[in-house]
Amino acid sequence: MPARTASRLGRWLVSGPPMLYLILFFAVPSLIMVLASFRTPGEFGGLAPLVEEGKLDLNLDSYARFFSESVYAQIFLKSLWYALLTTLFCLVLAYPLASLIARSSKRYRDLLLLLVILPFWSNFLIRVYAWMIILGPNAALAKTVNGVLAWFGHDPVPLLFSAFAVLVCLVYVHLPFMVLPLYANLEKHDQALLDAAQDLGANRWQRFWRITFPLSLPGVYAGAALVFIPAFGIFAIPDILGGPSDSLIGNVIKQQFLETRDWPFGSVLSIVLTVTALALAGLAAWIARHNLGTPSSSKEARA
Amino acid sequence: MPKRRLGLWAAALAGYAFLYVPLVIVIAYSFNNSRLNAEWVGFTLDWYVSLFHDQDMLVAAGNSLGIALMASLVSTVLGTAAGVAMYRFPSRILSVLVLAPIAIPEILMGVSLLIFFVLLNFTLGLVSVALAHIAFCIGFVAIVVRARLAGMDETLTEAARDCGASPWNTFRYITLPLIMPGVIAGALMAFTLSIDDFVITFFTAGAGTVTLPLQIYSMIKIAVTPEVNAVSSLLMLLTLALIIIASKISPTLLRSE
Repeated sequence: MPARTASRLGRWLVSGPPMLYLILFFAVPSLIMVLASFRTPGEFGGLAPLVEEGKLDLNLDSYARFFSESVYAQIFLKSLWYALLTTLFCLVLAYPLASLIARSSKRYRDLLLLLVILPFWSNFLIRVYAWMIILGPNAALAKTVNGVLAWFGHDPVPLLFSAFAVLVCLVYVHLPFMVLPLYANLEKHDQALLDAAQDLGANRWQRFWRITFPLSLPGVYAGAALVFIPAFGIFAIPDILGGPSDSLIGNVIKQQFLETRDWPFGSVLSIVLTVTALALAGLAAWIARHNLGTPSSSKEARA
Repeated sequence: MPKRRLGLWAAALAGYAFLYVPLVIVIAYSFNNSRLNAEWVGFTLDWYVSLFHDQDMLVAAGNSLGIALMASLVSTVLGTAAGVAMYRFPSRILSVLVLAPIAIPEILMGVSLLIFFVLLNFTLGLVSVALAHIAFCIGFVAIVVRARLAGMDETLTEAARDCGASPWNTFRYITLPLIMPGVIAGALMAFTLSIDDFVITFFTAGAGTVTLPLQIYSMIKIAVTPEVNAVSSLLMLLTLALIIIASKISPTLLRSE
């Protein structure tokens, strides 16, 4: 057997099985969903027959519905807004954590990093449930807050089943995703740059805003993408911690598939969600690559 | 500059507290002698005892373990192949197929698999959940294995080939032992991801099948009792132990994402 054929065979033996599996259980289902978004909902849920009376039934009705019924656009924009807020709060909380880990001695670095990652590996629902306890009406936090509010003559506010609860938990669940890329970036910064800036008279703020922060932008964008995408499609957090008016796009998708059983419309919502999320993440990656002219930062972006 | 470090420490400490206080509260209340998760009354193990008498919970735990074993086994084999292929024979299609399930919102994978299984008249249940879990675990295993390969000394495999070893023997006796820590870490990761998964399971399990996360979800939605805290604490103990072991076996695990 010629060497070239053998290596080709080896290549297909290695990459074939995982590729086939993922084509069957990822690519094909995704394509079916794209196709489903152009079809008509079935009388009893699901999909109407693809070919009816000899005619192929493909249409844009479900897309038209998404763009014409303002309630969906509102929920979509609200989800976008929540995901952006989550990303911003995660960034603010993650920056000190990532800087501390990056600056700590090698001995503690792995431990500090592991401590950030561990909560991410504990069950997602448990982390949501924890906030149900913390924000519950009989818990210490709600009593304290409402005690203070009563002092000012304000009516008590519920902490649980509110937009506040949803946002706090969104930040909580996604924080590790922001810390990791930020740390990976900050770790590579050259201390000499900061020393030089200090010698030239830059104060702490100037050193941060003019050196550290611009250089960390690739890490910021990577973290933002990692936080934004899952936060945008979330349904369990509003489902458990939100009130009736806190539904996000993920909840509407869940409802379309499991309750209303309008698959075409559910598919449209899923596709709009994914395309928007990936487009924004792609935009962040593009900005990270092109907007930073300095050679050192473009090296960071590639790393 | 001790002053600056102090501020940084304070902010980071607050960050760590934010990450851990909620988890500690869940565990603490699992030992609380009160039906309400509101204030500390006294120590008890009752919630753990009632957990082991809860038939639904035991069935759910059995299902979760079975699915996680199946999913981690298959996804480790396929993920290792994918990791080796991505390193040796890089191709864009393969990378997209392997990494996209990790990059897209989870709900998308859940609903598209739901449509897929229903259209094929495939009964939703343990098997459909396991098939779905394998699909998203492959990528995680592949990333860990590829990172391990990237840190490997290439001259070893070249030497084996020069000595006349076939590609399979080179893989079997040189590459595989060297990447084994990555493979094991990947397997533990896949097991953890599978046993913890809620979103994709939620859509692919159908009405009759319950896993631990699904059981926890319905308990949270219907009636919260500290039994939820007890099962949560045990599940947390299991998955965190697995991840700590995995990160000890393969230290690159922490950075491979």
